[in-house]
Amino acid sequence: MAHTALANKPEEEILIIRPTRGWGTLNLRDLWIYRELVYFLTWRDLKVRYKQTALGAAWAILQPVLSMVVFSVFFGGLLNVPSDGIPYPVFSYTGLLPWGVFSKALNDAGRSLVTNRTMITKIYFPRMVIPLASVLAGVVDFLIAFIVLLGLMVYFHIQPTSNVWALPLFLLLALITASGVGLWLSAMNVLYRDIGYIIPFLTQLWFYLTPIVYPSSEIPEKWQLLYALNPMVGVVEGFRWALLGTETAPGPMVAVSAVIAVLMLITGMFYFRRMERTFADMV
Amino acid sequence: MMSELAIKVEDLGKQYRIGLSPERYRTLRDSLVQAVTAPGQLIRLNGSRSRDRIWALQEVSFDVQKGQVLGVIGRNGAGKSTLLKILSRVTEPTTGMVEIHGRVGSLLEVGTGFHPELTGRENIYLNGAILGMKRAEIDAKFDEIVAFSEVEKFIDTPVKRYSSGMYLRLAFAVAAHLEPDILVVDEVLAVGDAEFQRKCLGKMSDVAQQGRTVLFVSHNMSAILRLTEESLVLDKGRLLLRAPTTQAVDFYMSSGFSDTGQRLWEPDEVPSEAAPFRPLAVRLCDTLGRVVDTIRSTEPVSVAVDYELSAPVTGLRVGIYLLTTRGEYVLTSFDTDDPELYEQYSVRPAGRYVSACTLPGNFLNEGRYVIGLNASSFRVKRYFQDEQALTFTVDGAGAPGMQWPEARLGPVRPDLNWKIEAA
Repeated sequence: MAHTALANKPEEEILIIRPTRGWGTLNLRDLWIYRELVYFLTWRDLKVRYKQTALGAAWAILQPVLSMVVFSVFFGGLLNVPSDGIPYPVFSYTGLLPWGVFSKALNDAGRSLVTNRTMITKIYFPRMVIPLASVLAGVVDFLIAFIVLLGLMVYFHIQPTSNVWALPLFLLLALITASGVGLWLSAMNVLYRDIGYIIPFLTQLWFYLTPIVYPSSEIPEKWQLLYALNPMVGVVEGFRWALLGTETAPGPMVAVSAVIAVLMLITGMFYFRRMERTFADMV
Repeated sequence: MMSELAIKVEDLGKQYRIGLSPERYRTLRDSLVQAVTAPGQLIRLNGSRSRDRIWALQEVSFDVQKGQVLGVIGRNGAGKSTLLKILSRVTEPTTGMVEIHGRVGSLLEVGTGFHPELTGRENIYLNGAILGMKRAEIDAKFDEIVAFSEVEKFIDTPVKRYSSGMYLRLAFAVAAHLEPDILVVDEVLAVGDAEFQRKCLGKMSDVAQQGRTVLFVSHNMSAILRLTEESLVLDKGRLLLRAPTTQAVDFYMSSGFSDTGQRLWEPDEVPSEAAPFRPLAVRLCDTLGRVVDTIRSTEPVSVAVDYELSAPVTGLRVGIYLLTTRGEYVLTSFDTDDPELYEQYSVRPAGRYVSACTLPGNFLNEGRYVIGLNASSFRVKRYFQDEQALTFTVDGAGAPGMQWPEARLGPVRPDLNWKIEAA
């Protein structure tokens, strides 16, 4: 929707509503005005989840921990998958953390518009706040699960490297990736409900394309940049580099991943905005 | 004081694809097929042909001045909700433009975003944020909201444990404390008990008296008459009339219907949710069985509802409402009100039926009346409802008291068998 707001008199806003043609603008101003709604929706997602489930916040820990145990037994133990010289549990858990943020965004954000259809058909707000709130709810889970990682590092006597300052940047990269994919999927899901069925499969596929149970150093060098087109590659490698000091410093691979992630976010936002005007009629 | 513009609507139109309901989303396969057969159409939303489309709203233009309380009336599908959805930015127009001066608060529904697992307190904050209130604003009004809702004791209980009345009161309380320059309200009053409706109306007239602009859509004609001075009448997406409310309501209640004493329904006029019930006709017949639209106050008249059931229905009751053209109910009556008929028709097999009743003579006052239709299974489902199925005129000739040429108050004019005795 195109709305221009100009200050006419003090506190008087003039809003013009007319059909938008073509791609329109991002309207980040409205998103900023409704920033509190992002907070409240994130808070609602968490609160409801923790109230409804018997284990509540423990889920945020159980999920990655159980995955880590299974991976450590089968991939690390039985199959002897290399782990860049790091104890396999720490190695896989470090990958599972940002992956959790991403897969949650894929699943929750992807479905978010359809689950919140009553709000969309009854009230105006920038629709982008819905998938973004779903993505942010994943950060809280991430922080809770992060405590376990600290425990693991103490247990395995691993000192955080001096690169640890870069960790928030990689978390940011994970959020950019998650938001980009979340925006694309949520908007597409309104139009094509098939997306709801594709998401679990996509998550699984994406998991194996990301170096969580294996190190990216196993990928032949000439394929590595192609491999890094999956932005989660850069995120996971970055996490390991910042926390555990793996050899693969954030070189070209991280750069490629970052560029792709930002591209996905920007195109996702434009695609979302383009589709947004039909949400109330389609959802 | 010079009047200032609050809303300006120009040549507004909204086109929908037919059958664009939640169930009718596109599948990826359709789009892939389309992409192969007509490349370049994949991301175009207006790809389908014009015969699949209808105008829910067309060439609507009007202005609203600041402080004006404007009613919007029209039958189902007239475009009222579409208009409000465009004004509140939920959906985008297809043509035309709207200029809005000031902050808009829209109440298309109360309790949007309420979550059953969250407590009353939590839902106030969440709902407030969804309605566009700032956190500080909610903090400041919190006590007032709670007091208005009368659920103080349960404010920290999840709303899933609330009775529906408490839930509605809380939801409305939040919405009522939104302080927009322009308030857009749709049918909020259609829910809740009489006490709740009274409270809502009270709050709405407060808002109106504070000099704010209100756009009010309702089927409740007495509420429209009470709250608004001027109204728009919409029909089939077009603006038919803008007039002082008394005039608009009268026009609405007596127009758009056949004046032959019967109302027929074409298959495409009946919403699909009505199945297995399908109304065919409502007829008004005099004692000789002729279809009439004017009856005499002194003579009985029969009302016949002709309908079809495509499947057996348990507990079906088909009935009529009788209303005045001011929207006041005179009576409600169902075909299985009689206990014997109720037993006999506990399950109505598929087939075609006529349910008929008689409005007795010496019953209605002179004037215009409206017959509405309702088909429902009590507490199970309302299959079909049309509150303005047909209108008719009652002629007072021969009724008691006609020697005085005056309008008698009240919708009924029975012969009360007065006796006068010298004592």
